[in-house]
Amino acid sequence: MSSAEESRTPGTGWVGQAIRRKEDPPLITGQGNYVDDITLPGMLHTAIVRSPEAHATIASIDVTAARDHPSVVEVFTGDDLAREFEQGLAMVWSPPGVEIKTPLNLPLARGEVKHVGQAVAVVVGTDRYATVDAAEDVIVEYDPKPAVVDPEKALEDGSPLVWEDFGTNRTHQWGVAGGDAEAALREAEVTVERRIVNHRTAGAPIEPRSSIADPHGDGLTLYSSTQIPHIARFVLAGMLGMAEDRIRVVAPDVGGGFGSKLQVYGEEALMLALARRLGRPVKWTETRSEHMTTTHHGRDQINYVTLGADREGKVTALKARHVCDLGAYQLLLTPFIPELGFPVMGGCYEIPNIQLEFEGVFTNKFATDAVRGAGRPEATHWIEVMIDQLAAELDLDPAEIRRRNFIPKESFPYETPLGIVYDSGDYHGSLEKLLENFDMDGFRREQAEGRERGVYRGVGLSTYVEVCGLAPSRAVGPQGVGLQSAFWESAVVRVHPRGSATVYTGASPHGQGHDTGFAQIAADRLGIDPANIEVLHGDTDQGPMGWGTYGSRSLAVGGEAVGRAAVKVQEKAKRICAALLEAAPEDIELSDGKFQVRGSPDKAMTMAEIAGAAHIPPQELPTDIEPGLEETDFYDPENFVFPFGAHACVVEVDVETGKVEIVRWVAVDDCGPAINPMLIDGQIHGGVTHGIGQALYEQIVYDDEGQLVTGSFVDYALPTAAEVPMFETDRTETPSPVNRLGVKGVGEAGTIAASPAVVNAVTDALKPLGVTYMNMPLTPMRVWQAIEEARGRDGGGPARTEQGRSLDEHGRGAAGSGPTSPGEGGAA
Amino acid sequence: MSVRVSVSITVNGEIKEREVESRLLLIHFLRDELGLTGAHVGCDTTNCGACTCHLDGEAVKTCTVLAVQADGSDIVTIEGLAQNGSLHPLQEAFWEHHGLQCGYCTPGMIMAGADLLKRNPDPSEDDVREALEGSLCRCTGYHNIVKAVQAAAQAGQSREVAA
Ligand code: FES
Ligand code: FES
Repeated sequence: MSSAEESRTPGTGWVGQAIRRKEDPPLITGQGNYVDDITLPGMLHTAIVRSPEAHATIASIDVTAARDHPSVVEVFTGDDLAREFEQGLAMVWSPPGVEIKTPLNLPLARGEVKHVGQAVAVVVGTDRYATVDAAEDVIVEYDPKPAVVDPEKALEDGSPLVWEDFGTNRTHQWGVAGGDAEAALREAEVTVERRIVNHRTAGAPIEPRSSIADPHGDGLTLYSSTQIPHIARFVLAGMLGMAEDRIRVVAPDVGGGFGSKLQVYGEEALMLALARRLGRPVKWTETRSEHMTTTHHGRDQINYVTLGADREGKVTALKARHVCDLGAYQLLLTPFIPELGFPVMGGCYEIPNIQLEFEGVFTNKFATDAVRGAGRPEATHWIEVMIDQLAAELDLDPAEIRRRNFIPKESFPYETPLGIVYDSGDYHGSLEKLLENFDMDGFRREQAEGRERGVYRGVGLSTYVEVCGLAPSRAVGPQGVGLQSAFWESAVVRVHPRGSATVYTGASPHGQGHDTGFAQIAADRLGIDPANIEVLHGDTDQGPMGWGTYGSRSLAVGGEAVGRAAVKVQEKAKRICAALLEAAPEDIELSDGKFQVRGSPDKAMTMAEIAGAAHIPPQELPTDIEPGLEETDFYDPENFVFPFGAHACVVEVDVETGKVEIVRWVAVDDCGPAINPMLIDGQIHGGVTHGIGQALYEQIVYDDEGQLVTGSFVDYALPTAAEVPMFETDRTETPSPVNRLGVKGVGEAGTIAASPAVVNAVTDALKPLGVTYMNMPLTPMRVWQAIEEARGRDGGGPARTEQGRSLDEHGRGAAGSGPTSPGEGGAA
Repeated sequence: MSVRVSVSITVNGEIKEREVESRLLLIHFLRDELGLTGAHVGCDTTNCGACTCHLDGEAVKTCTVLAVQADGSDIVTIEGLAQNGSLHPLQEAFWEHHGLQCGYCTPGMIMAGADLLKRNPDPSEDDVREALEGSLCRCTGYHNIVKAVQAAAQAGQSREVAA
């Protein structure tokens, strides 16, 4: 037991404690249960044949040789399985008045392929290795067509078309505005304009995706590494033409998601169809190269941003146009992800005039969709970089320009010109606390001394606000921005006769620590030790429907539902207790882990005693008290929640090689009152590292023919332990008025905050050399070229940078010139 | 292609004799033949370290070793790390310091950490970071993993002092 645990009286004050996680004992002993760990009797293996072409018609598929392998059970093409699917994969955004071009998307291609890696056939066999061998013997003939890779070229007249039937590569246009940005820009004393490229990245959880479909009677069970078991069942039942109750989806231990498992994938539908067809369990586990190729990507936007301001640095107008590369198909939320950032476009700042436009573009690449932060990292990146660019233009201190523009604490709840209501905030508070923890004056002295010795260090600030806790259904559902979905969350709290409890949540964790955090929330309301509360999730046959884990929603929506259900149980427990102790229910209080009569602590009952009485009444209870002790809550929030914070990053740049090293990271985050501060810190550490990865190392690169260059962890470099520092975290706690717990999400905050802090720091470091702006990822090559160019020499490579424009936005040259990791050879 | 070979490998103290395909990877031998699913597969290029186990006392990425190469050797997996029902100091430390989130990298991370502590009982932060460079974690940002390894080192040292 940790010291925090020992000092607790059971059932009191668990919330706020850094208790160890309930989920860890199996995971640290090798007893976890991830999908690929599951082997069912008679289970078959599959290998998927994928297109090596980015754009082609399928001339023929010959499966004879593959079928002849002794261990192969069957080989199927798209045509063979056509009748298995009543619909294609789902895309759920239907904004009022806007048409979104959405091609039919089947698990196996029919007739043509639109990106490298598209599935064209599946081999099913009894032996894992032999099935892969057989897949290599499937002969597919392709007639290649021109591929389009650059989203801006894709919008030009005469560009090859990804989908000829649509007659354009533009998927949709969407916009939102408040005030009059055009007029305000005309009147602005200063304007700053940049083209900011937010390149394509991968979610890259360390667990690849895996799915097993198991037929039984007229039903199917799908074990899948998913963040959204309930949504998956809903969508897959529609695709397979089955009633939902005939399909059970189980998400066992899931090895990280980061948005990449917030999806309903073709392979999940395919496994179900194969199991139904063959009457045997069927398994597919993706390889890492399949993950890089055909698990959805994230980001990939070009942001044209203009800020207008007065000479004091007060921002008066913001205009931004976003060109969003969606890839070839629309997955679940593909076209919506860029727009998901819109509520916080404008950041922590009081900007009276805002105009935003979005254009989606088809290219011959895999689809983009949610990756940790999903739209908000992009939004935060450009506003935080632009604020620094404006500060440089006006020769203002980056902290000072922020202070001058922050929405003041007194203005909350604050309605933005876009009609979004920020729930609560204290942006000055988190920045000042950060500066105090950081010691800016000390750093500036050290920086100046360093420069004399040729050591180039810089500091970058990022003060972010993000929007999460997805979400009020009325704001984002059909009657709001038009997602054909809802976003409430469910909880059941059941106290058993001997006094332990089970909590069912509709959220579906994959590392966040719900079992612990939710048990803490329930514990305080039930008077039960969290050790005696089991939290169950991830099984559509257990507990009510829910909406899963993404968008930093689990605590603010799912945890709140747990709290509310537990309060209902507590109220019933008080009534039972009152009846048994012959007191008035309003006189019963939960204190020191006991239900006691106010003022007479000797008259008290434990939850175990009450639960026993609820199930087996020792005497007659009032007739209005039903037997049992179990309550359900469906909670749909009134508003989003808006976590915020301030981060400072110190980098050192080797100006001879362009290598950037993160020297120090200081963060102050505010996600409301902490449920478990240890879990919050963990989310910030991991989130920031994800953002550092994008800023410095990670990039999905396709070449001009649409071939994926970064198909493995050799070329797609995740940060390793050697590339990040210890993180200095701290918090402020500004409660949200939206939910009773006062909490906001924190799963994505670090990622949302991080990338602009890195870019601003590198720019600060290189200021004496005349470098003013660079696009991510800040690989040694790109940084070195920027330095060379600023020194008036031709960097000589493809990554020449102009003011705010990188000619290298698709990464040509970066990954092609060797590993993008600063460590030689990546992580091996 | 499918030449079958007899192997005899000691895994977590027990001799396992099997006839396997000559190309079978050690990770698949452990997971599929023996049902020891603690070590995971996270990549196909020897980058992630999720498959790390000990082979004759040294950490190896078992996705890059053939089962036949391990013939006659002594393997310890995460399942064999706890002794007599009590957790290894690293397992304790990962739990205490929140060194894991999704837990997928954790078995490999702990085995890599155990290897380091055997070679270097008192590693600096940089030593730990360098030793774990071959093990990827997408969840934790490594902060708490580094803390856990250093805490386990401390615990090991104080135990030695006490002994
Ligand atoms: S599975 Fe990635 S290194 Fe072995
Ligand atoms: S804990 Fe999830 S990858 Fe390390």
